Amino acid sequence: MMEEVKETASVLSVHDDSIKVTEVLKEGDTLTFIIVSQKLSGTGEYHVDRTYEDFEWLQQHLFSQGDVPGIQGVIFPPLPAKPQVNASPRSIKQLGFLALGECQPYCKALETFLQQVAAHSILSKNKAVEVFLTSSDPPGRQKVKKNIFNRLSQAVEEMRKEGHKDVDEFFQNERDHNLILTGCTKTAAEKFLDVVATEQKIAVACGHFSTALHLCVEPGEDPDKQAFSRVCVKLSEVFESIKKNMTSVAENNVNTLGLGLDLESRYQEAEREMLFRRTCKLVELENAQRNVEKAKPVKKAAMEEVKKAAETEFEHTSGVAKQEIARFQGARVEMLQQALVGWCEKQLLTAKESADQFNQHLEVFRGMA
Amino acid sequence: MATSSERSPPPFPDSEDQDVLDAEEVRGRDSDEDEDLFGSTSTSPVTEMDTTPTSDVSMKPPSDIMNDPLIEPMSSQTGNKPASEPSDDFFDLTNNVSVVAAAATKSDDFVDILGSETGAQRGEVVKADVTVEATIDRSEVTAGVIDPLSQQEAKQTSTAPVIDLSGDSQPVTSKIADPLVALFSDAPPAAEAKKPSSANVDLFDDEEGSDIFAEPLQTKPAKQPQKSLFGEPDEDVFGEPLGAISKKPVPKELKEKSVTTKVTAGGPLQDSKPADIFSQAAASTPSVTSTVNPKTNGVHSEEDGDIFAAEATVELSLDSPRNERKKEATAKPSAPAPTSLPAAASLAKPQPPALEELEEEEEEEEEDKFDIFVSVKDPEKIGDGMNAYMAYKVSTQTTLPMFRNKTFTVRRRFSDFLGLYEKLSEKHGPNGFIVPPPPEKSLLGMTKVKVGKEDSSSTDFVERRRGALERYLQRVVNHPSLLQDPDVREFLEREELPRAVSTQALSGAGFLKMINKATDAVSKMTIKMNESDVWFEEKLQEVESADQQFRKLHALVESLVVHRKELSLNTASFAKSAAMLGSAEDNTALSRALSQLAEVEDKMEQLHQEQAASDTFTFAEMIADYIRLLGAVRGSFDHRMKAWQRWQDAQSMLQKKRETEAKLLWANKPDKLQLAKEEIAEWEAKVTQYERDFERVSATVRKEVIRFEREKTKNCKRQVITYLECLLQSQQQLIKYWEAFLPEAKAIA
Repeated sequence: MMEEVKETASVLSVHDDSIKVTEVLKEGDTLTFIIVSQKLSGTGEYHVDRTYEDFEWLQQHLFSQGDVPGIQGVIFPPLPAKPQVNASPRSIKQLGFLALGECQPYCKALETFLQQVAAHSILSKNKAVEVFLTSSDPPGRQKVKKNIFNRLSQAVEEMRKEGHKDVDEFFQNERDHNLILTGCTKTAAEKFLDVVATEQKIAVACGHFSTALHLCVEPGEDPDKQAFSRVCVKLSEVFESIKKNMTSVAENNVNTLGLGLDLESRYQEAEREMLFRRTCKLVELENAQRNVEKAKPVKKAAMEEVKKAAETEFEHTSGVAKQEIARFQGARVEMLQQALVGWCEKQLLTAKESADQFNQHLEVFRGMA
Repeated sequence: MATSSERSPPPFPDSEDQDVLDAEEVRGRDSDEDEDLFGSTSTSPVTEMDTTPTSDVSMKPPSDIMNDPLIEPMSSQTGNKPASEPSDDFFDLTNNVSVVAAAATKSDDFVDILGSETGAQRGEVVKADVTVEATIDRSEVTAGVIDPLSQQEAKQTSTAPVIDLSGDSQPVTSKIADPLVALFSDAPPAAEAKKPSSANVDLFDDEEGSDIFAEPLQTKPAKQPQKSLFGEPDEDVFGEPLGAISKKPVPKELKEKSVTTKVTAGGPLQDSKPADIFSQAAASTPSVTSTVNPKTNGVHSEEDGDIFAAEATVELSLDSPRNERKKEATAKPSAPAPTSLPAAASLAKPQPPALEELEEEEEEEEEDKFDIFVSVKDPEKIGDGMNAYMAYKVSTQTTLPMFRNKTFTVRRRFSDFLGLYEKLSEKHGPNGFIVPPPPEKSLLGMTKVKVGKEDSSSTDFVERRRGALERYLQRVVNHPSLLQDPDVREFLEREELPRAVSTQALSGAGFLKMINKATDAVSKMTIKMNESDVWFEEKLQEVESADQQFRKLHALVESLVVHRKELSLNTASFAKSAAMLGSAEDNTALSRALSQLAEVEDKMEQLHQEQAASDTFTFAEMIADYIRLLGAVRGSFDHRMKAWQRWQDAQSMLQKKRETEAKLLWANKPDKLQLAKEEIAEWEAKVTQYERDFERVSATVRKEVIRFEREKTKNCKRQVITYLECLLQSQQQLIKYWEAFLPEAKAIA
C-alpha cells in the first residue's frame, strides 16, 4: 500500500521501506521492540526501542488528527492486538498467526504496520510518526485516553448503523462486499491456522516416534540384533527428516500465506471501520438535513450551518475514502499475490529438499540388504 | 539301509569300466552339456524334466543330477512333522545321511534300471564336477573341463576344480570362488578324516555314512555346532559339498587300489554317495546362480551366500522332522522306478521357479522360500443385525505340489480364522512353536460394523482387520512346519469348513487377559525355575522390553495417525474457505488463483489422507502385529516352562519312589519291594522322557525365536522401504501440485 506519490516522504527523515523491527526484548511482562530505520540524509540508522504502549500512542495520534480534512476516510493501517508474554488461550486465539513461534511473526506484523504508516501519504505527515521512529525518548509511556475510535464503543454503535442504507451506490457495494470478504478472510485465516497447528502437532509426534525408536536399539553382538537396531536407527532418522519437513512446511505456511491472510483480514477490518465512520458521518448529515427541514425559522440559520459543516466533512471523508479504497484494492491484491507466490516457492523448495532426503533414506534402506 | 546295501553293488562294476567311457562321453558331450545345463537349469527345466527323463536317461543325466538333490529336500518337506531339535542335530544329520544315501541308491537304481549301462555313480561324480567346472569357467570349458576329466586321476580331479575356482580370473567367479577358497582349506582335513574311516571297510553299515558326516561336521563347523542350522549355514553348506568334492577322489583312489575287492570298494562308493548328493546340490545351485550372476554383473557375492544359505536352511530345517520322511525315503527306493521318477520330477517343479525368482528378487532374498501367497479379500457382511458376520475371500497362489491346484479361493468367516489359530496353537504350542496369532475379536468394532451404516470408522476397521488376517495367514503358511499341518491345508483348500466353536474365549479383552495370564504364569515360574540357560533368561527379558517398546511405539504411531487425519480434515476445510474467499473476490485474477488454491488444497487433503493410511497400515498395523507376535513368543517360553515343570515334577516323584524303596528295604518287605522297583523304573523312564521333551521344546523355542527375530528385521525393513516409497511418491506429487500452482499465483498481478 505504498505506491503513493513519493513527495510526501520528505516529511519523514527515514526510508519507509527500511523500517525494521529487528529484535524483541522480554522484561518481565513487557515486551520491548527494537526498531531500526535508515536515515534519508545518507548513511546512518536510527535505533529506537518501543513498547506496545508506544505503538498504541502512535495509533491514537494518527486517529485523532482533527485538523486534516477527510481523516475519517483513511483506512488506518491495523495495529496487531497486544501480545501477551504468558498468553492465555483466548488471547492466542485473538492473535491468530501472530501468536505462533518466537515472536517473529508478531515483529513482522509490527514492521508491516510501521511501514504502512510511514508510506501513507496522509498519515506520514503526522509529527507523531517522526517522533516515534526517531526520538530516543519513548513517547507514549503516559496513559492514553481512549477516544471515540475505541473498538468497544464501536461495537455497540455498529449494531445500529451498520445496516444504514447508503446514498452512494459505490459505497453501498463496497460495504456489502467488505462484509462478505471480512468474514471469508477471517474463516480462511482461522482454517489455515488450524492446518498449521496440526502440522506442528505432526512434527512433534514424529519427533516422539523418532526418539522412541532410538530406545528400540538393542545392545549385543548378535548380527540379527544389530541388523534390527540398524533398521531402527535409520527409521528414526527418517522420522527426524519427516519432522523437519513438517516443521518447515508449517513455518513456510506461517511466514507467507499465514501472515498474508492475517494482514488481509486485519485490513479488511480496518476498511470496515473506515466505512463505518463514513456511515456515521452520513447519518450525522442526514440528521442535520432533517433538522434543517424541521427547524423553526429562528434556528434555521444555525441548523443550516451545522448541516453545511456536516456536508463538507462527509464529502471530504467520502473523497478520501474513495481514494483509499482504490489504493487498498490494488495494494491488497499485490500483497496477496506476493504471499501466494512466496508461499508456493518456499513450499516447493521444501518439498524438493524433502524428496531428496527421502530418496537418500530409501537408497540406504535398499542398500541394507 | 538294507535296501541300499543290497542295491548298491550292482551298479558298481559297471562304473569301473564306465570311468573311461564316461570321461569320453562327457568330453564328447561337452558342448551340449554346457548348453543343456545352462539352458535347462535357468530357463525351462520343468518341461524337460517332466517329459524326457524316463526315456532318455543317458542323455539327460544333468537334469537327473539337478533333480535328485532338489527332490530330497522337497520330498522330505512334504512329509514334514514338527519335531526338530538342535540337540538331535547330529542324529538328524545322520538320519539325513542315511536317507540321502537311500535316495542316492534310489536314484541310482532307477538309472540302473532304465539306463542299464550308464555308469550312474561314477557318472554322477564326474558330472557333478562338470557342473561345477562348466558353470564357473564357461570360457575355459575346453581347457578346464576336459583336462581334469580326461586325466581321471583322483587327486587331480579333486584339486583341479578347486584350483580352477580359486585361480579363475573372471571377475564373477572370483567372487564366488572366495568362500570356496576359504573353505577349501577346511576341506582336506575332512578328506583325511574320511580316509581312515573308509579304510575301515565297515562299509555297508549306516553308521559309516553317518560317520562320514559326523566327522566333517565336527571338524569344520564344530565351531558353531548350534548355529550351524541357522547361524552360518553358508559355511557349512559350502564346507560340506566341498568336503564332499574333495572326498570323492578318496573312494576313487581306494577303488583303484583295491580293484580286486570289488565288494568292499562298493562300500566307499556307497559312502561317497551322500557326498555326491551334496556335491550335486552344491554344484547345481552354483550352476544356476553363477549363470545368473554374469547377467546381473554378479555384484552380490554375499547374496550368493545368502541364496545358498537360504537353500541350506530350507534343506536342513526341513530335514529335521524325521518320522514321515524316513518312511518315505524307505518307501521310495522300493517303489518302481518309473513311478518315482515322474513323481520326483513333479516334486522338483517348484524349485526352478523359485530359483528363477531369486534372479529377480535380489532384495527379497528368501521370500520365495515357500512358494505360496495368501491374500484375504472382499470383506462382505453377511446377515443382518447382531447375527451378522464378516466373510472374507481367501485366495491362495502356490506352486507347491502339496496342493492340488495352483490357485484356489475359499470363503471364510472371521471365527474360522480364530478356529484355525486355536487348532494350531493347541497342536504346536506345547512343542515350543511360535504360532502366529490372528487379530483379536473386537466387540466394539464389529458392533459398529453390524449396526452402523457405511461410515469411515467401520470401513477403516474392516480394512485393518482384513490386512491383519492376510498377514496372519501369510505368516502361518510361511512357517515351514505350520504349512504342513492338515488343518492349514484344509483351511486354505476345503470348500466348506465345520463351523468353529468356542472362539468366544478369544474375544477382545479375553484375548488380552489370556496373554497377560500367560505372562504372569511365566514370571511366576521364572522365580521357581532356576534358569540353567542364560540365553533364555536374556531372551525373555528382551522380549518383555521389546513388548513395552512396541506398545509405546504403537501409541505414538496411533497419535501420529490421528494428527494426520486431523490435518486432512483441516486441509479440506481450508480448501473450502479458500474456495469461498475466491468466489467472494472481485479481482478476477485473484479470484481464479484462490479457486486454484482451493483445488490444490483439495488434492493435498487426498495426499494427507493417503499418508495417514500409509502410516496406519505400514507402521501401526505392523507394530500391532508384533505386539501380538511377542505375546505368542512369550507363550512359547511359557510352554518351555511347562515342560520343565513336568520334568521337575517327575524327578521329585522319582525321588519319592526311591525313598519308599529305601524304606521298604529297611523294613524288609520284599513283596512290595518288587512293585517299588518297577515304579522306579517307570518313573526313571518318564524323567528321561520329560527331560528330552524339555530339551526338545527348548531347542524348538530357541530356533523359533531366532527365526522370529530374523523375520522381524526383514519384515521391518521391507515395510520401511514401502513406507518410504510411498512418502517419496507423495512428496513428488506435492512438488507437481506446487509447480502447477506457481504460475497461477504469479499471474495474479
